[in-house]
Amino acid sequence: MNKSIELHINGERKLLEADPEEPLLYILRNDFALKGPKFGCGLHQCGSCMVLSNGEASYTCRIPCATFEGKKIQTIEGLSQNGKTHPIQEAFFDVQAAQCGYCVNGMIIAALALIKDVPKPSEKEIKEALSKVICRCGTHSRFVDVVKKFTSTT
Amino acid sequence: MKLLKTNRRDFLKKSGQLLIGFQLFPLLNCTTKEDELHAIYNGIPERPHLGRELIDSWIRLDSEGHVTVLTGKKELGQGIRTALIQIAADELQVDINRCHIINGDTGQTANEGYTAGSNSIEGSGKAIRQAAAEAKFFLVQLASERLDVPLESLTIKDGSIYAADNRQVSYWELLDGQYYKRHITGNAPILEPAQHQYVGKPIPREDIRQLVQGKAHFVHDLSFPDMVHARVLHPPSYGAQLEELKKDKITALPGISDVLVDGNFVAVIAEREYQAVKAWEKMKVIAVWEKPSIETMPSQLFSDMRKHAQKPEVIRTDPKTISSISNAELRLKASYQKPYHMHASAGPSCALAKWTEEGLTVWSPTQGVYPLRATLSDLFSLDPEKIRCIGVPGSGCYGHNGADDVSAEAAIIAQKYPNKTIRLQWMREDEHQWEPYGSAMILDLEAGISADGYLQAMESNLWSDTHSTRPNGQAGHFVSARHLEKSIPFNKRGFSGGAYRNAIPLYIVPHYNLYLHNYEGPLRTSALRGLGAYANIFALESFIDELASLAGLDPFVFRIQNLQDPRAIAVLEELRDKTNWASRNSQENKGYGIAFSQYKNSAAYFAVLAEVELSSDKKSYTLQKLTGVIDAGQCINPDGLINQTEGGMIQSASWTMMEAVSYDENGILSRDWNSYPIISSKDIPVVEVQIINRPELPPLGAGEAAQGPVAAAIANAVFDCTGTRVRELPIKI
Repeated sequence: MNKSIELHINGERKLLEADPEEPLLYILRNDFALKGPKFGCGLHQCGSCMVLSNGEASYTCRIPCATFEGKKIQTIEGLSQNGKTHPIQEAFFDVQAAQCGYCVNGMIIAALALIKDVPKPSEKEIKEALSKVICRCGTHSRFVDVVKKFTSTT
Repeated sequence: MKLLKTNRRDFLKKSGQLLIGFQLFPLLNCTTKEDELHAIYNGIPERPHLGRELIDSWIRLDSEGHVTVLTGKKELGQGIRTALIQIAADELQVDINRCHIINGDTGQTANEGYTAGSNSIEGSGKAIRQAAAEAKFFLVQLASERLDVPLESLTIKDGSIYAADNRQVSYWELLDGQYYKRHITGNAPILEPAQHQYVGKPIPREDIRQLVQGKAHFVHDLSFPDMVHARVLHPPSYGAQLEELKKDKITALPGISDVLVDGNFVAVIAEREYQAVKAWEKMKVIAVWEKPSIETMPSQLFSDMRKHAQKPEVIRTDPKTISSISNAELRLKASYQKPYHMHASAGPSCALAKWTEEGLTVWSPTQGVYPLRATLSDLFSLDPEKIRCIGVPGSGCYGHNGADDVSAEAAIIAQKYPNKTIRLQWMREDEHQWEPYGSAMILDLEAGISADGYLQAMESNLWSDTHSTRPNGQAGHFVSARHLEKSIPFNKRGFSGGAYRNAIPLYIVPHYNLYLHNYEGPLRTSALRGLGAYANIFALESFIDELASLAGLDPFVFRIQNLQDPRAIAVLEELRDKTNWASRNSQENKGYGIAFSQYKNSAAYFAVLAEVELSSDKKSYTLQKLTGVIDAGQCINPDGLINQTEGGMIQSASWTMMEAVSYDENGILSRDWNSYPIISSKDIPVVEVQIINRPELPPLGAGEAAQGPVAAAIANAVFDCTGTRVRELPIKI
């Protein structure tokens, strides 16, 4: 029941034999050691598993890997280019926007997906976009702040 | 990582009392200050902890110029790694980039119990500071001999000791790779705060750099070549008995290595993680359970607490209390309620375990590696020396969540399936249903005050289940130990004192009674951030606000005139000034409320102002802003302190406005984020935190300071705009 799957992850073509029903998250984490996306709920409720799929924020904890064939998948690890971290990652570090950090992947992906469509979002739009992601430490104010700073200076 | 085969004495003999030296050993739970350091330096040789009184139990120097800090406390997202490195680097007078830290590993660090009660900086920080001072003191004496100049003439810069004539020798040259066994004497001088280079500065947390790049950081991210994946099928409700599970239907699924059934403990092991998940889903459907009903329904919970609590425990009593209340010019009585709350960690609990002939290794997100080891030792009747618990960061826990349970379950599976590394991760509903909650509580308060607003007497009656069932050596405290065929029953062994944490007012009350009514509730409970302090401060500070109204006094004035502690008064005055209290917006739809406490009456002081706004139809409210002022004594890292406090404020706002565990006779209904909603970015208030830094005073625990006061401040603000006092959480209008 395994079949050949072809995925485009962080600019590389990846071929693998897998159960086409297997959600992408397990493949990213276990086959390609991309540990950035996290399992949080397995229910599309918390956003910790999100990646960019053709630039859109996409859950990966339930959606079968085969669904991602032909799409450009970018994980948080793929944001760094030529050894340089993405400016939004730098911005998150500068603002020290994390406590336990489990939700940081989802927050960064949600922010990038928002900025792609709305380069200069309002505070309300930022808050709406980040509300896809569950944070239990209460770091939300810093996440909103960093996206606000990032979009007003770039 | 291999278990240490030898006993401690042999190990030391063979390794020639090593401590200082340079060998490449992989260290799992160690962060370095810089990536480059990480690349070239994989850590000091592992060595068991040999006692708190030895310098090198806390601080180790190698011959290459690296400093290793060791702590038994865990990084839980509170920034403890960075704060402890700051303390060590300052006291040792070395560049912070030389330092890295190892947290919580029974193979290496001191036994510092649980990382709890906001006491890591107070406890571990103090020990590390003293050890660093002692190490430096010893090295300076060596340098004095080597350079043949008096001690007093020496100066230190980044680990190099200079004589007045500029001759110098570094710590590493002095040590020359030798081991010096030195005890902490208490005689080494501690630096004055003015000499600190790092303490008091917002040094960024380097682990956040790893996090924003998505690098492996959590126990969830560990991977070993021999790793297999497990899931546990928990019973559908407390006390359910497994009647039937057709194992062959599961073993027939692809990739399934084994299905383990031991009494009511059911686990599946698979080659691939998704195969384990699929099997878990199928088992959930085909397993047949006999389920006992939960008897006390939410609608009867609070009346049942009053009816079926134990005979009250007398915590404080004064024969004049009742008469003083009766004789007071103004009197007030009020009753408050708080539901069950959950930790609700964003990531489900996860642990890895491996069982070999040599013993058991567990990689765990626990808050206490040594207590976990003791409890695993009890569970398996295995010598604790044969168990190693390595602390690895988990998703934020905020107390006793599923971290210990998942570790024990991974170990149970590993025992039945030895010689492979078992990775067990809970599903979302496991976390929501099986974690121990913060207990529901009732708080009856009664007081008498003078006409000019001075407290005369007060009585508190509290009803609560226990706030600590941490598995501190007793296997029955692991939830799955109860599910095994040879069931190890849970024995609560009394109720914890956490229930009345912060019930006793810091205000001057001449006559005071406190009675605790311990209650065996329907749901599993344990330590949730702040324990009883959250509900006690909610009640007390709502009550104090009401007393202020009764006396016709401004809530700041009433609080300040009933306080004696100048630091308590200072946070309130700072808050009043900072927020321009006197000229606050008096629009009808706006509400303002304040609250104050000193956490545990011994840790950080915190005062907060909440601003709420009523909707135009007056049927709902929004929390607009929280402004806090905190005094945590000497502030180690102001940004870390602000981050923790902001987080505590937002988390408490979520508990206070939205949260209650729901259940019915069939079990827990709060199983995911839809059935247990928490605050999200769109509903957060603006948060501001101001620090009153007192570098000359000892640092005070701050991680839980905001929880209680925020609840009361919101309640008082809601009253301010609705005119109705809030008695129940979560606050609905």
